[in-house]
Amino acid sequence: MLDNSLSGNTPVLTNGSGAAAILSAAIGCFVLATLAILGDHSALIKGGLVFYKPTGPLSGVSTVAILCWLVSWAILEWRWQKKTVPAGRINATALVLLVLSLILTFPPVGDLF
Amino acid sequence: MGIAAHALWTLIHGMAFGGLYLLACSGALVGLYQLTASSTPFTSTPAQERFMRVYLITMVVLAWAAVLSGAYVIYPWYRASPPPGAVDLSMFPRQLLMSSPAMMSWHSVGMEWKEHVAWFAPISITMVAVVFIRYGHDLRNHRQLRSAVLIFCLASLVAAGIATFFGAMINKYAPVQGGGTVLLSHGKANKYARQFPLR
Repeated sequence: MLDNSLSGNTPVLTNGSGAAAILSAAIGCFVLATLAILGDHSALIKGGLVFYKPTGPLSGVSTVAILCWLVSWAILEWRWQKKTVPAGRINATALVLLVLSLILTFPPVGDLF
Repeated sequence: MGIAAHALWTLIHGMAFGGLYLLACSGALVGLYQLTASSTPFTSTPAQERFMRVYLITMVVLAWAAVLSGAYVIYPWYRASPPPGAVDLSMFPRQLLMSSPAMMSWHSVGMEWKEHVAWFAPISITMVAVVFIRYGHDLRNHRQLRSAVLIFCLASLVAAGIATFFGAMINKYAPVQGGGTVLLSHGKANKYARQFPLR
C-alpha cells in the first residue's frame, strides 16, 4: 500500500523505516512516563532506578527509557526496513502513546494511580 | 562582573541549550512543512534540504545537551539535602520550595513534571531528524509519515516549552546557587565609586 494519495507521486522509499522510527520514539516516551509513575509508587522500584545517586531515580528512569527506545527502534528497523507497513495504524498507535505519555507525566494525573 | 558557577551552568542549560532549542522549534515546524507538504507549490532545492538537515542535527545536539546538563549537572545541586538542623535553605532549592506551602507546588508539580517531560524533546527531535535525513523530499509522498513527523516536532516544542517555563519559574523562586564565583569581566571603579566608597 503506497500512501501517495495527495501528491500522486510514487514514493522512492518504503515507509517501514520511518514508521519504525516513529513508533519506537513513542514507545520510549511511554516507557519513561510509566517508569516515572512506578518509581513514585514503589520504594523498591524507586531504589532500583537510582543509577547515579546525585540525580536519583531520574537517572534510571531516563536511561531505561532511552535503552527501550533504541532497542525497539533497532528491532523495528530490522523488521520493517524494506517493507511497506500500514502507516496509518502505526501512526495512530504512536500518537496515542505520545499523548498518554504527556498526560501521565503530569504529576496530578500520575498521583491518581 | 561575576556570577556563581552553579548559576552560570543554569544559564547555559536554560538559555544556551533550552532557550535556543525552543526558538529553533518553530523554525523547524515551518521548514519541515514547507519542504515536505505535498499541497504546497514550493519545490525544495538540494541546498535547502541540506540546510534543513544541519538545522535538525543542531536541534538534536541542543536538545540532548539541555536534558543531559539538566539531569546530571544542575539537578543534583537542586535536589541536594541540607545538613540536619539547617535553617538557611537558600543553597538547597528543593528543600527551600518544600518548606513553604505557597511554593511547594513549584516542586511537586513543576519540577516533577519538567524532569520527566523534558526527555520527550530529544527523543522526538532525534526521530524527526533521522526520518527527514533518510527520506528528504520523498516525505511528500508519505502523507502519514509526514504528519507524524510534524506532530512529534510539535510535541517536542510543547515538552520543551513546559520544561523551560517551569525551569525559569523555579529558578526565580529558588535559584541554584554556590560553586564559587566566575568573573566574567573585571570592573574598573569609576569616579563616583572612588568618591563614595562602600563601607
